[in-house]
Amino acid sequence: MSGQFAYISGVGQSQIGMRLERSPLLLTLDAVNEALSEAGLDISQIDGVSTYPGRSAGMLGFSPIGADELIDALGIKARWYSGGMEISSQLGAVVEAAAAVRSGMARHVICYRTVYEAAALARPDEYPMQRRDRVDNYSQWLAPFGAISAVTWTAQYAMRHVKKYGLTREQLAQIALTDRANAALNPRALVQESLTMDEYLGARMISSPLCLYDCDRFSDASTVIIVSAGDALDEVVCQPVRIAATAGSVDRLSWDQAEWMACYATGRALWEQTDYTVDDVDTVQLYDGFSFQALAWLEGLGFCGVGEGGNFIEGGKRIALDGELPLNTFGGQIGAGRLHGFGFAHEAVTQLRGNGGARQIKAQPTVAVATSGGGPLATALLLTRD
Amino acid sequence: MVHRALPRLDRDNRAFWTSGESGELVLHRCQSCASYVHPPRPVCRTCLSENVVPEAVAGTGEVYSFTVNYQKWHPKMEVPFVIARIQLDGVDGVLLTSNVVGCDPESVDIGDRVAVEFEQHEDVFVPVFRRVAS
Repeated sequence: MSGQFAYISGVGQSQIGMRLERSPLLLTLDAVNEALSEAGLDISQIDGVSTYPGRSAGMLGFSPIGADELIDALGIKARWYSGGMEISSQLGAVVEAAAAVRSGMARHVICYRTVYEAAALARPDEYPMQRRDRVDNYSQWLAPFGAISAVTWTAQYAMRHVKKYGLTREQLAQIALTDRANAALNPRALVQESLTMDEYLGARMISSPLCLYDCDRFSDASTVIIVSAGDALDEVVCQPVRIAATAGSVDRLSWDQAEWMACYATGRALWEQTDYTVDDVDTVQLYDGFSFQALAWLEGLGFCGVGEGGNFIEGGKRIALDGELPLNTFGGQIGAGRLHGFGFAHEAVTQLRGNGGARQIKAQPTVAVATSGGGPLATALLLTRD
Repeated sequence: MVHRALPRLDRDNRAFWTSGESGELVLHRCQSCASYVHPPRPVCRTCLSENVVPEAVAGTGEVYSFTVNYQKWHPKMEVPFVIARIQLDGVDGVLLTSNVVGCDPESVDIGDRVAVEFEQHEDVFVPVFRRVAS
């Protein structure tokens, strides 16, 4: 069976900080080295590289290191590589790598996401933002109306839940409170302090109904996931984690036209690829660039019905570290920093291997879901230790 | 909000962004199957017909969803203001992101009836919406 599937072998992560001086290439190297060490692999055994979204020339902080640059910088002998934005979101890079190893195009693929947004903001001379006189493509349907940030786009989905299904601030707060409580147990997390309900309710609004603590924070960090072929596992020393199913879908790419975020169609599609069901899942690591996206993922994946997410997380016990469905045990992006999608897969693997330290789920999990993407972008991975 | 980023006009979007000069809101529409095509493109996403042309729509509708934006994303931005997705009367399958202007931002609600008006900035006529009696 193993030859038919793709597996995650080593995972690695750099320090997570703000305005770091260490260069984004060296942060990527830190994450690569940690992942290679866990897998027991040498860089010479890596024959594939996959990333999202590739080097972003106009927004270097968003994505400073392209796949081709990493291949050249680390002397990787790549038989296959891929880096681009037109995939189903950040973890789409892992899906592509899984397809590559299953089809024999590569044996061990470094998948990575490096972000340098805090440093780039602080040092614009070094990492200039491209300025344009006019906007085009999808931006033209949003930016002229002041809808510049994804928080204003996500907020309108959240407002539908507030008005149609009665989602309350106290319910939504449980995403941020859970994230921050878990982050306090993760030595690498950007934010080390937990958050109280009073602090949440007193925070300033950014874009209603989303307040400051519903938003993730720019950070500087790199995360690496090594995807290995089933018939190459004899070269790996760590416990392999099977990529049991993947899904990623898009209907209308624009944030302004889709009535539902893509996590709903993608969540349903995931279970069509596997005999596992939602009842088998021990932990969920769900994209939370904005808190509401994690709630929508819970609904989209079928842990509760559409519109029931608020009730599902009410009080926070169910999604707490010692609850029946621990959520974002590393702190999510709201607590650990805006790792941009890859943090969720990294944590799922960490938990499945029992390597969570102070934040390890006591009842050893064997089935996890990791997702990335909000709005029209969505990728879901079902990861198993079996 | 005073400052607006403006679109770069091209042959697909020019009708949408300039029709306000004559006071009309215009959307691309397929002449074969009657579907609206937005963003405007020279092919219908429902039936693949190339017979797609700009056509005036009613310019009234209701607030499908909204947010009150409090964050100054730009030094010249005046906050708070309302960003809303508008469901236009008689236009299935299109949600238009715009602003609801001329009212207390915190009084806007889903289902509010609105009508279009235009703000001219250089050669662009930006469609925004004002509440009207239901």
